[in-house]
Amino acid sequence: MATQKPLPVDLTDEQIDEFGREMESIYDDIMQSRGESDRQYILGIIRTQRSMALIGRLFMYAGLFFLPAWPHALAGWTATLLIMGLGTFMLGIAKILENMEIAHNVLHAQWDWMKDPEIQSNTWEWDTMSPSDRWMHSHNVVHHTWTNVLEKDLDVGYGIMRVTPLQKWHPKYLPQPVYFLLLMLFFEEGVALHEQALVDVVEGRKKPAELKPLARRIGRKIWGQVRKDYIMWPGLAALVAIPISFVVPASPLLVFGLVAGANFVANIIRNIWSFMIIFCGHFPEGVYNFTPDQVEGESRGQWYLRQLLGSANITGGSLFHVLSGNLSHQIEHHLFPDMCSNRYPEASQRVRAVAARYGLPYNRASLWRQFGTTWLKNLRLAFPGGRPQPEVARA
Amino acid sequence: MMTNSAQQTPETQPTWRQRLTGVLDMFAYPLRTSHYVELVNPLWSTHQMQAQVVDVWDETKDARTLTLRPGVNWRLNRPGQHVRIGIPIEGRHYTRTYTISSPPERNDDCFTITVKIIEGGRVSRHIVRNIKVGDYLPIGLPQGDFYLPDASPIQPLFITAGSGITPAMSMLRSLVVQQRLPDTVHIHYAPHEFDVIFSKELRQLAADKKQYHLHEVHTQEFGEHKQSQGYFSEEQLATLCPDWKERDCYACGPPGLLAALESLYEQAGLSRRLHIERFLADFAEIPQDAVGGKVRFARSNMAVDADSETNLLRVAEDAGMNPPHGCRMGICHTCNTRLLSGCVRDLRTGEVLNETGAIVQTCVCAAAGDCELDL
Repeated sequence: MATQKPLPVDLTDEQIDEFGREMESIYDDIMQSRGESDRQYILGIIRTQRSMALIGRLFMYAGLFFLPAWPHALAGWTATLLIMGLGTFMLGIAKILENMEIAHNVLHAQWDWMKDPEIQSNTWEWDTMSPSDRWMHSHNVVHHTWTNVLEKDLDVGYGIMRVTPLQKWHPKYLPQPVYFLLLMLFFEEGVALHEQALVDVVEGRKKPAELKPLARRIGRKIWGQVRKDYIMWPGLAALVAIPISFVVPASPLLVFGLVAGANFVANIIRNIWSFMIIFCGHFPEGVYNFTPDQVEGESRGQWYLRQLLGSANITGGSLFHVLSGNLSHQIEHHLFPDMCSNRYPEASQRVRAVAARYGLPYNRASLWRQFGTTWLKNLRLAFPGGRPQPEVARA
Repeated sequence: MMTNSAQQTPETQPTWRQRLTGVLDMFAYPLRTSHYVELVNPLWSTHQMQAQVVDVWDETKDARTLTLRPGVNWRLNRPGQHVRIGIPIEGRHYTRTYTISSPPERNDDCFTITVKIIEGGRVSRHIVRNIKVGDYLPIGLPQGDFYLPDASPIQPLFITAGSGITPAMSMLRSLVVQQRLPDTVHIHYAPHEFDVIFSKELRQLAADKKQYHLHEVHTQEFGEHKQSQGYFSEEQLATLCPDWKERDCYACGPPGLLAALESLYEQAGLSRRLHIERFLADFAEIPQDAVGGKVRFARSNMAVDADSETNLLRVAEDAGMNPPHGCRMGICHTCNTRLLSGCVRDLRTGEVLNETGAIVQTCVCAAAGDCELDL
């Protein structure tokens, strides 16, 4: 079965099939060479991440011993905020590592091959408000199967934004620059509510009552997260501060607020970073979107080609790639979603060369270019029109 | 993250310790406090018990004893029981069961396992040759029903071969420490005198205790690689242990020996006096002509015939089931399930999966002979 409409490339079906075979040989080579060093990599990342989270939280507590109310010489707001800020930063980085390089990739079953019962896609729960199995459905199944296909992939604008001129303009898109900023700050909450069922309710295809079981499930996860960051950790600090407050005149309420605030900032750091990286995956200038009639009945080769055209990479150093969860290799991640992420750089080398030989675009630029064009497009597409994507994709 | 909390039955009241752990775990959500405690010392973790290798010692040229220090929550074994151990090899995690060769009376909180290299066995070779002192291995709790009754006037007959000595050794050591070693006959098969695991200790025991009768049967000449003599037979048994019918027999060894013993005891009408511990087979035989076979879905309690080309997800759906699935092309892993027995083949790579417990992507795997899935 062939698709009704071709993909926007000037390759014949046979050439596209050959492109698919080249992709599969890259995949096979790398998957077969996985071994002990890959295991050491993910174990090392997990150890680093958990240590950073713990040490970050201890620094936040340590900062409280420098509140101006203490009689010692180092006490003062500068020292307090500096030490708490350091702890906040570490916790933020730890949350970024957990969400991006560890959980996102574990949930993609990238590490299932190790058969380590502790690191399995079907048991991992991540440090964010979205329950991991719900997210696995909306992300692994819907988004990765229907990458950038209008009306199929909910990630095309998340139901609230116009990210390609192929989407028909509607006045509801006018405030989308505001949504953009809000989603950046509250990305975690946004991901938790990223459900087709919610869109169905808003658009009247489902009754609100049908949402109940889903809402209860998401609610329980959100409660666990909120309880940890805004009740347990600040609460423990405040509890300890009560007896101390008889000696050192610092209010336990202030202590509670400082720790809760630091956790809030850490969550925001993670939100902004994840949002930036993830929005650079499919929305920068030069990324292609597709219509269902281009996709239904597609061959394997066309599937690979669509993933290449629909994704964008970000250039950077190795630390940057780790902090982005290797989603800076979004193209490779979409071509090979279950390949362990530490191998994307070497896959990227080969995929780029294949793309060049076939005369296909390989969208790759700095974070500032990719995020900048994403933002500009968001502003432009709030209004009718917009520059249509090229008829034919060429390098 | 793990399933421990789900296993608690709702009607039992949580203990104060469980309540405390529950509150502490709120600080670590969605992980557990134990995941952070583990960073300080892996032996203190409670979500997954680990053991540290504290000593290794070669018993024979291809068998090694590992002394392991288990983490908190360890429960002492009964002599003869086994334990599950996780072993990472080239990045992949394997689980194997080994008999504990030490008695629970050991007073240093450690236990030992004794592993012999199986010909062509990757895991046993790795354990004997590559595991180092200081390594941490995930372990389970002692399990198994192959042990002596706690208080009973039985007179045991041990029949062991090769590394099948390990449960008997644990029992003997325990009986000796408790100073209640009864009249015991022990027939042990090994290639030759230098290939007897625990040989020094066994011979010393035979010299010291007049109620312990050891018969070593050597099955090879030096330099040979195949068993050439000393096969088990009724006559041999009658010669070495004339009163075998009055004794309780505890046997552990290769399948051939155990099968011979089973039929002998059955003929004699003494099956209940025979206690057997088998080496567990973790792999199914790969059929030569992979033409499909009978697929059993364990949880749905259904069995259907399948060919070698139709993916198992389709097979399940044609049988009227609705198992979880997503992309149907092997990328999303929604359809992952466990292989309970038999073989399946990955249609993309042709790779055959035959290890019990292997993860199967049903949308891209087909039956290769009979198989059983956790669906």
